[in-house]
This record gives sequence, structure tokens and C-alpha cells, in this order.
Amino acid sequence: MDRLPKWADVVLVPLVSLIFAAAISAIVIKAIGQSPSEALKVMVEGSLMSAYGWGYTLYYTTSFIFTGLAVTIAFHAGMFNIGGEGQAQLGGLGVALACLLIPWPHWSVALLAASLSAAAFGAVWAAVPAYLAARRGSHIVITTIMFNYIAAALIVYLLVDVLRPAGQMDPATARFPKTVSLPTLNQIPGFDLFFQKEVPANVTLFIALAAAWAVWLILWRTRLGYQLRAFGKSEPAARYAGINPAKMIMISMTISGALAGLMSVNNVMGEAERLLQNSSEGAGFIGIAVALMGRNHPVGVVLAAVLFGFLYQGGAELGLWTAIPIELRIVVQGLVILFTGALDVMVRMLLVWLFSFGRKRQVA
Amino acid sequence: MPSGANTSGRQATAAPFAIELKGISKAFGPVQANKDISIAVPRGTIHGIIGENGAGKSTLMSILYGFYRADSGEILINGTPTAIPDSQSAIRAGIGMVFQHFKLVQNFTVLENVILGAEEGAMLARSLAKARRVLSDLSREYELDVDPDALIEDLSVGHQQRVEILKALYRQADILILDEPTGVLTPAEADHLFRILSGLRDQGKTIILITHKLREIMEITDHVSVMRRGTMVGTVKTAETSPEELAELMVGRKVLLEVDKGAPNPGKTVLSVQDLHVRDEHGVERLKGISFDIRAGEILGIAGVAGNGQSELLEALGGIAAATGRIVMNGTDLPLTGATANGQTRREAGIAHVPEDRQHLGLIMDFEAWENVAFGYHNAPEYQKNALLMDNDALRADTAAKMERFDVRPPIPTLPAKSFSGGNQQKIVVAREIERNPDLLLIGQPTRGVDIGAIEFIHKQIVALRDAGKAILLVSVELDEIMSLSDRIAVMFDGKLMGFRDPETTNERELGLLMAGVSEGTP
Repeated sequence: MDRLPKWADVVLVPLVSLIFAAAISAIVIKAIGQSPSEALKVMVEGSLMSAYGWGYTLYYTTSFIFTGLAVTIAFHAGMFNIGGEGQAQLGGLGVALACLLIPWPHWSVALLAASLSAAAFGAVWAAVPAYLAARRGSHIVITTIMFNYIAAALIVYLLVDVLRPAGQMDPATARFPKTVSLPTLNQIPGFDLFFQKEVPANVTLFIALAAAWAVWLILWRTRLGYQLRAFGKSEPAARYAGINPAKMIMISMTISGALAGLMSVNNVMGEAERLLQNSSEGAGFIGIAVALMGRNHPVGVVLAAVLFGFLYQGGAELGLWTAIPIELRIVVQGLVILFTGALDVMVRMLLVWLFSFGRKRQVA
Repeated sequence: MPSGANTSGRQATAAPFAIELKGISKAFGPVQANKDISIAVPRGTIHGIIGENGAGKSTLMSILYGFYRADSGEILINGTPTAIPDSQSAIRAGIGMVFQHFKLVQNFTVLENVILGAEEGAMLARSLAKARRVLSDLSREYELDVDPDALIEDLSVGHQQRVEILKALYRQADILILDEPTGVLTPAEADHLFRILSGLRDQGKTIILITHKLREIMEITDHVSVMRRGTMVGTVKTAETSPEELAELMVGRKVLLEVDKGAPNPGKTVLSVQDLHVRDEHGVERLKGISFDIRAGEILGIAGVAGNGQSELLEALGGIAAATGRIVMNGTDLPLTGATANGQTRREAGIAHVPEDRQHLGLIMDFEAWENVAFGYHNAPEYQKNALLMDNDALRADTAAKMERFDVRPPIPTLPAKSFSGGNQQKIVVAREIERNPDLLLIGQPTRGVDIGAIEFIHKQIVALRDAGKAILLVSVELDEIMSLSDRIAVMFDGKLMGFRDPETTNERELGLLMAGVSEGTP
């Protein structure tokens, strides 16, 4: 079996996948009668060429880091957690309850409490499918998908019938008090030199980066991570080593759910400042693509999250400044997911073939 | 390329060699699997090919059967240069292959399997009738009797192998390649296979036998070619060589074939197993009431054909499978079911376990060597830096030391397990388990897929552990290994122990009968 050198595997495969996705996106844009080069210019300028654009790109990035990490840690234990979306929405409920029920004196304590609450709610939402998988052998993919629907329905019920303040028209909680409002990047000393206008990216970004570091530490430096990875590679071997499979499923899924839940600190507490319907806006699913593209490594996840942040923000700019509908960003994201995830093997085979070609020439 | 031409037509030209390989080379990336290999196999002979794992035997046969294409070199079939780009071409050129792992459809009958891929026309009836006729001829001619209407899943392994041979003959193979054919057979079945092969040879068929068992080479082949590290180190007439010379050619140095071990000095009972039963996940009883003791300083060998409950015995003792009955270790009952019956508690009780299937149980193939050295002992205090973190540096240092003591090559702790050869993988597992200084070592198929040089080393380690006063339970399907290592032999058949024998007084015939379930009066 021919293999690629490591640098090609880590750098070249995602890069070539992206180029393919970009090429097909260009064809699609051309087909609807628009200019691909113009579109790319708008996307790059709107998301990367100004501090304001970066403020949005990093806001999306923060969410995607959390959901990408959630998929990553479960993946290393051999679990495919598709339920990030539902876990994030439940995390949003945790944030809302923490912010509304207790009058916090300062945003920092509120942040700590809301983070713990979000993580706990997300973890519980993931623990139920995990328990079913560990004890009853139900398939984690199926149950986590179903739990996304249950979460959405539960949130709608709570927003409409329980949490909605009397007299309010839209299904949402009350606004959080001003005291729990998180500092955005333009309010943080040092960062305010770069971000001069109000941006949605907020302190949660640093929690996301800390979480990435923590996930790396857990997976590759602790006994727990060692056992999770061993279990993920081979369940029979894990049994031989005396690693309890049920425990590994529970722990990996709980951490995964907690990470997905934490995402809501960014959007619910940091941006919307109240809980809305469908607060996670698909970020749970984007996390799957982020983890795939990031090769299930926290560093890769952070980089892939920036890329998807760019696609999200750039896509919004397209809708704003061109005749290209905002839905096109879904097409572009879909193509990126298709090439980086599903067609990964195809791109790899192509590169292996090209490399072997180069090698033969050297010999001759 | 008219390689599909009728080979029997060519026999008239009577080329001296059925197969001739000239200067075959094949590289996988930087690894040169075959280097300028040339062999000539005379028509109507049995030609053995031996070599250690990774010597390039399988690659060479895969090139001959069209799975790989050689980078350079030429293949001549009956004197005619022949291109073999795929296995269909190989079949058309008259080459048949019997793989180590059979390629049979379990819930098809023998006849259906034989015609699979060689059906003629859309309706099966005609092909089936023809196959039935051909099969009955073949059976008569070569002692290849198999019930054509039996389902494969109901046949013994030996019979399944005959179906594979019939498949090749049905496709009019003149050249038959057998890859490690006796690995799964009882001694009696192996003898029968050799009679079949002799019969085929007498009828003018050419047979290539790939094996690592020197005894078989000596017994049945006419010529033998030895491969080492991708090159052909020599082809000799079997009658003019000896096992010692072949082993030396294979390894490149003198090898001790007999295990050098003194008389046992058994002490107190370490392990006592009483009426042990194990059911698999389908509820089928795999272990049907087994009782035995092992004493300190003693090797108990469990002989038997694969699949008669040996795996389940090891798994029950190793805490992997749930069981009923009693397992008493150093006077204490071990838990047999529930959360406390696991690999960790077994290790704490002083049991180390070298599993039968190192690639699926004993190692994580994607993990690096040092991570595998912690496997099962990841809770050991010396591998922890503090309450939270593991001490990866200490682990890597320990791995490097173990690799040196056990001569693991290459001695690089950061190489993934899958990058080591079978023998070196096994040395990593054996080093990990033996260096824990266990009271009892469970060791399953210690030398399966392990090259001769490493076999010698692993056997020495097992004997050294015994001489240090430890108890050892050895499970192996290699009768030679059981006979040469064990102080006592128990034979397992159909989930039961057929009896105990003394290796000094028993012989292969007696053990072979017990392995086939014939008890000869004594229980």
C-alpha cells in the first residue's frame, strides 16, 4: 500500500480538496450568471480584509471550535456524535437559566456559571444516547440524530409555554440583564486597538482556544485519553487491557456533549443575550466538517474553524453586496464538506498516484 | 496478448519447466519486496518455497497470480513468456491458488462454490450438472472425496481446503500454488493433504508449496527455494539438504531448532481451574466444563485444532470473557462475571496474558510502540507523572530498554506497531507481559506468524520464566511447539479436555487422535 509523506497528508490533502471545492463553486456561480472572481473578492474583503470582518469571522470560528472539538473527542473513542446541534441548543437553555435565574454581580462570575451550566446541560443531553449505546447497544448515530429533533421540540415548547415573558410576541426568553453582557473583542484592552467598531466576537474565543488545548492534553497526555483512544481503535483490544467499554462510551460522549453545550456561551450569552429558537443555527453539524477537515486534531480543528468562519461570514457578505443569494454559502459549505469529508479518499488516491509518478521518474 | 490460449495444447511442446521466473523485482515505496528473483519449477514436481515472514514469498506468489505487477522481470509458463495482469489471466494460464484463508461462500454448497465465477450461461442447471460429473472424476482420481451437496459451513476445515483445491482443478489448473496449507489442519488431515498432493504430482501437475514448516518441506517437496529479505538465497534438491541447513539459509545464521530446556521443578499449585464453562455471545457453549491445575515452575501445553475452545479458555482466564465455574489463583477465587472480572483485576492477581491474536487483542496497531508497552499496564504508578498526566518520557525510556533486552528491531519506540514485522510485534507483547514478572503467564500461539530467529528467542524466554518458578499455560496449534516446550500436555477437543499426556512418552499420532476427538478409552 503506497502512503503519502506526512506533510502531504496534513497540508496537501485538505488544500487540494479546498481547491476542488472552490473550482466547482466557481462553476456554480458562473452558471447562475455571476462572476466567480467578484464573488471571491467580496467574500475575502468582507471577512478577512477588515477588522470588522474578522470580528464576525472569529465569532463564527468560536462556535465551530467548540462543536469541532466535540466531534473530535468522541471520534477518538470511536463514537460518531451527530448530536452536537441538540447538545448546543440544550447548552443554550443552560446559559439562559444561569443568566436569568440568578442576579450576577459581574459578567466574569456569570460567565463561569453559564459555562458550567451550558456544559452540564449539553453533557446530560449526550449522556442519554451514550447510556443507551453502552447498556443497550443502540447505535449512537441514530440516537444522537433523534435527540437533535427532541431538543428542538423541547426548546420550542419551553420558549413558547414556559420561558416567554408575559406579553412578549416572539418565542424567546427575556433579555439577559446588562450585568452579564460579555466583553466583545473591541472592549478588551489591547484588542480594541485593532477592533474599533462593535463586533460579535467575544471573550468566549479564549475559552474555545483553552478548550482546544485541554482536549489535546486529555487525549495525548492523560490516562483517560490513552484509554479513550485505545478503545476507539479497537474494542476487543481495550477489553483485553481491562478498559471498560461502557465507561469509555459514557465519558467520551459526556465530554463531547459538554463541549457542544459550551458553544452556546458564545452565541446565546455573547451575542443574542437571550435564548431564541434554533439558536445554534447548524453549527453542530458544521462541527462534523470542521473535525473531518481538521483531521480530528485540536490544532486542525482551530484552523478548520477559521476556514468555516470565513465561509460563513463571506457567504453573508455575498448576500449583502451581490446578486448572489445568501443560500449560496450553503452550496459552498456543502462542497467543502463533500470534498474534505466524503471525497477525501479520492483526493488522497489522486495524490498517491501523482507521488508515485514522481518517484518513478526519479528512478528513471 | 494471447495468454488465454489453451494450455493443454501447449503441453505437446513439452517445455521442461512449468513455471520460470526471470529477474522478478517488485518495490513498495522504499521497500524492495522482491529483488531479482529467478526460479525454474520443473513440470510434475512439488516445489517448496520457504522464508521468514516478510521475506517476500507472498509478494512473489501474488505477482504470479496477478494481484501485483512486477516492476521488472519475466514470467514463462511452459516456456512461453506470459503476462499476468490479473487473476483471470492467471487462471487462463493454468494457475490455481489455494489461499491460507479460504475464499468460500459459507452458505453455498460445494458444487455452487466450485462453479462460482465459472458458470456457463444464465441458467445454473447445466453448469451444476457438468461440475457434478467433473467433481466425481476428480474425487476418484485424487482421493479428493467431498460431498458435492454439503454446505461449506457444515464441512471441517480439511474438507473446505479440498473444495478450494477442487475449484482450482475444475478451472483446469496445471500449476497449483498452496499458501501455508497446513496451518489449520490436524496432523491426520495434513497427511491426507500430502497424499492428495503426491497424487496430483504423479498425474503431471506442478505444485508450489509455501510454508514455514521445515518438516513439511522435508517430507513432501522435490526441490526447495529459500527466500530471505526479498532475495532468493538458493534452490536445493530436498533430498540433498537438511532442516538445519534450510533454517540457516532462511535466517542467515545458525539456528537452534530444538528447545534447550532442563527437567521441570514444579512447586505449589498456582492456578486451579474447576469445571469452567464459557458461552459465546450467541449462547453456544464453547467451554464445556474444564478442570486442571498448573504448578509453579511448570509449562502446561494445550494442544488442539484451532476453534475447539482454546481461545475461550484464554479469554476466561484473562478476564475478557464471562465464565461459570471456579478459577482459583494462588488460593483466591477470581471473579468470573461482572465488572470486576476484567483484564485489570487479572493483572493485579498476577496473571499476564500474551493473547493469541496480537494484532487484534495484544496491540493497537496504530499506536506507537511505547504506547503499546503501556497497554494493559497504563495504571502502573511508574508510568504516571502526577495524578493527572502520564509520564510519556518515562514510558518511552522503558520501551527503549525493553526493546534492547528483547532485541526488537528496529529499536525505535516511536514507530507504530503496524510498522514492525510479526516477530518483532510479538517480542513487544512478550516483553511487556514477561517483564511484569507474573505468577502465571497465559500465552496463546506464541510463534504464529513469527520468523524462526524470533521463535527461538521467544521459546527461550518462556523456558526462562518457567525456570524462575512461574506457571505457564501455553496454547498452540503447532504440535511441534507443544511437544518441545510443555512439561505436561492437555489436548482440547470440542470445548473439553480429552486427557493429559507426558511429552516424554506420547507421540504425534496419539495426540493427533485426541485432537480429532478419539479418546481411546482413557478420558
